[in-house]
Amino acid sequence: METIVFSLLNGVIYGLLLFMLSSGLTLIFSMMGVLNFAHASFYMLGAYFAYTISEVSSFWLALVFAPILVGLVGAAVERWGLRTVHVNGHVAELLFTFGLAYLIDEVVKIIWGRNAVDYRVPELLDFPLFELFGAQYPAYRIFTLFVALAMLVGLWYILNRTRAGLIIQAALSHPHMVGHLGHNVPRIFMTVFGVGCALAGLAGVIGGNYLVTDPAMAVQMGPIVFVVVVVGGLGSLMGAFLAAMLLGLLQTFAVAIDANFADIFGWLGLSATSELGSISIASLAPMIPFLMLVLILMVRPRGLLGDREL
Amino acid sequence: MSGQTVQNFENLAPSSSQKFTQRVLPFGIMALVLVLLPMMGPSRTMYSLMNAMGINIVFALSYNMLLGRGGLLSFGHAVYFGLGGYAAVHAMGWIEDASYGDGGFWAGYPVFFLPVIGFAGGALAGAIIGWPSCRRAGTPFAMISLGVAELIAAAGFMFGSIFGGEEGISGDRMNGPELFGLSLGPIDEVYWFIAFWTFVGAVGTYAFTRTPLGKMSEATRDNPERVEFVGYDPQRVRYLVFIFSGGFAGLAGGMAAVNYEIFTPEALSLAPSGMVLLMAYIGGIRYFAGPIIGAIVLTYMQSMMSDYSEAWLLYLGILFMAVVMFAPGGLAGIFAGLFNGMRSDDRGEHFGKWAIYGAGCVLMFIGVVVLVEVAIRWSNGYGEVFEPFGMHLPTASVLTWAVILIPILGGAGILRFAINRNKEGHA
Repeated sequence: METIVFSLLNGVIYGLLLFMLSSGLTLIFSMMGVLNFAHASFYMLGAYFAYTISEVSSFWLALVFAPILVGLVGAAVERWGLRTVHVNGHVAELLFTFGLAYLIDEVVKIIWGRNAVDYRVPELLDFPLFELFGAQYPAYRIFTLFVALAMLVGLWYILNRTRAGLIIQAALSHPHMVGHLGHNVPRIFMTVFGVGCALAGLAGVIGGNYLVTDPAMAVQMGPIVFVVVVVGGLGSLMGAFLAAMLLGLLQTFAVAIDANFADIFGWLGLSATSELGSISIASLAPMIPFLMLVLILMVRPRGLLGDREL
Repeated sequence: MSGQTVQNFENLAPSSSQKFTQRVLPFGIMALVLVLLPMMGPSRTMYSLMNAMGINIVFALSYNMLLGRGGLLSFGHAVYFGLGGYAAVHAMGWIEDASYGDGGFWAGYPVFFLPVIGFAGGALAGAIIGWPSCRRAGTPFAMISLGVAELIAAAGFMFGSIFGGEEGISGDRMNGPELFGLSLGPIDEVYWFIAFWTFVGAVGTYAFTRTPLGKMSEATRDNPERVEFVGYDPQRVRYLVFIFSGGFAGLAGGMAAVNYEIFTPEALSLAPSGMVLLMAYIGGIRYFAGPIIGAIVLTYMQSMMSDYSEAWLLYLGILFMAVVMFAPGGLAGIFAGLFNGMRSDDRGEHFGKWAIYGAGCVLMFIGVVVLVEVAIRWSNGYGEVFEPFGMHLPTASVLTWAVILIPILGGAGILRFAINRNKEGHA
């Protein structure tokens, strides 16, 4: 019971963090067809910006300004980088962001060093919020939960209830028509790219101190973000949300389960000392996202809730 | 009129002299270079560098069968390199066991032909993994390759008896029957092994582009719909190409197995997959020789530049981005442009243009190098100062920033001017 409740809470929070990270990429991908390899690098930039800002001022300023900075960097990348490459097709764009991820990694290593930086949870939120089954639950995690929910609601409101959201949704499915109606589609693309990166940056601000802030964080998160976007489906924020939740819960539960293959397949005569039998479920947790990715692409290429195929 | 438009298809075919200069001569030169290189008395370091280059050349060529010729962007090509290599390392172990034990098939198998086992291993892996992943091209293919690469890399650390866990599996190449009088002990003998297989790999991948399947793979890249109308199955074409590409990657893996005598699960991971992508693309995927150039340049950078500068990965990233943005033809494309320009009639004009481009690039290069080198010394925090050509460039001096900013801005200005003028010239 204890394990289940804690895994549920942690899984939901991890899932929300994943959703924050991937919501921007879903928008970018469905609109521009660019699978941004550097998206997780913007997440990393968010964490590092927040670290630097909170060093000189406070965490709360960082919470506001770090995502804005990341968004500006993202918009600049779109304006002076991606737009040039766009004429050479999607593969060139994919490769461009692939190189960008390399570049951001190295620049971060030069500016902030190769080791993890001491980006800590703000003191105001550094206390146990409640006690469950004799174990304390940190308040910051609940704060993460609320920020992610606020972002989810805000994003939903902007996309579905405002004029700007209407235009963006239209540009998602019919970019040419929107262009013919007199909207500046390249600028919409730039804005969406910038906002998408800012959302990743926000996830970095929140997740950097929840997890760890080091130059490897982009490489760790990058492929998982893809999985969320592809599994969720093109053009569907709801799908990304579902996929993120599913992944978050599956991974957290897999880590929590104390069993190995022999326990499950013992009836087939698999012994715990054999190589296959001694593999524990927990050690499979990092593989789950990729298993999901491959299966979804083979069985249902449009993803859970996607409106068209990849 | 109508009589003249009847095409004589025999005139369309290349003449035998063209065939010779385009198909036979380059490989003749390659073989000659491979034979002549040891005559220059290279050092041990040079030998190991050349061996690494040979392996990477075959690996990059096999990758370009997918990316350049087939239009399939893969993020997990090292899987086939690694699986082929593992097959070869295991076979090396069997040869050792058999030659000290009771003999059998493996006792008579020369280590020299281990890349054949690698080829078989890579092709088998391609045949199994390619079946689900080749159904779609483009982004889905790229994503599946990424997912599969992550899965196989994770499995590599899990199954110790096959992949050897963290420390990998090692072997001894000095067993079994000797071929061509090569014991494969000293590194200069290994060079002949690598040279032979590099040549075989290059000829093999080139020959593949001349087969009907190779031609169909290019057609599938350009227009899969039309391929289907003509009566071919694009999925099947991709699948077959994928198997061959995996096979040649496995061949390179087999070469690596004999050269390094060890394979670790690291070889299956995303890092070498990314590296081979960079090699092929920087070299130029639209040219057959592109991946060869890319493999040579990047292997050289990897082993030599890492001695000069810690930031070599950053330079690599910048080089890659520059190629993606401004020279989609890669280094081979630049060479081809230079060569064609030199043979054209308005040579002078071309030279003028190149001089401007070159000057702009060199200026930007200088500025970026100084910036990176100063930054990395500041980052290390040892108080070391970057001192090129007797200049003293500490972080906080005006001179430093002048040396950084003036070349970068000047170079950018020149390039901008040249590009704009070029556009006007065409318009």
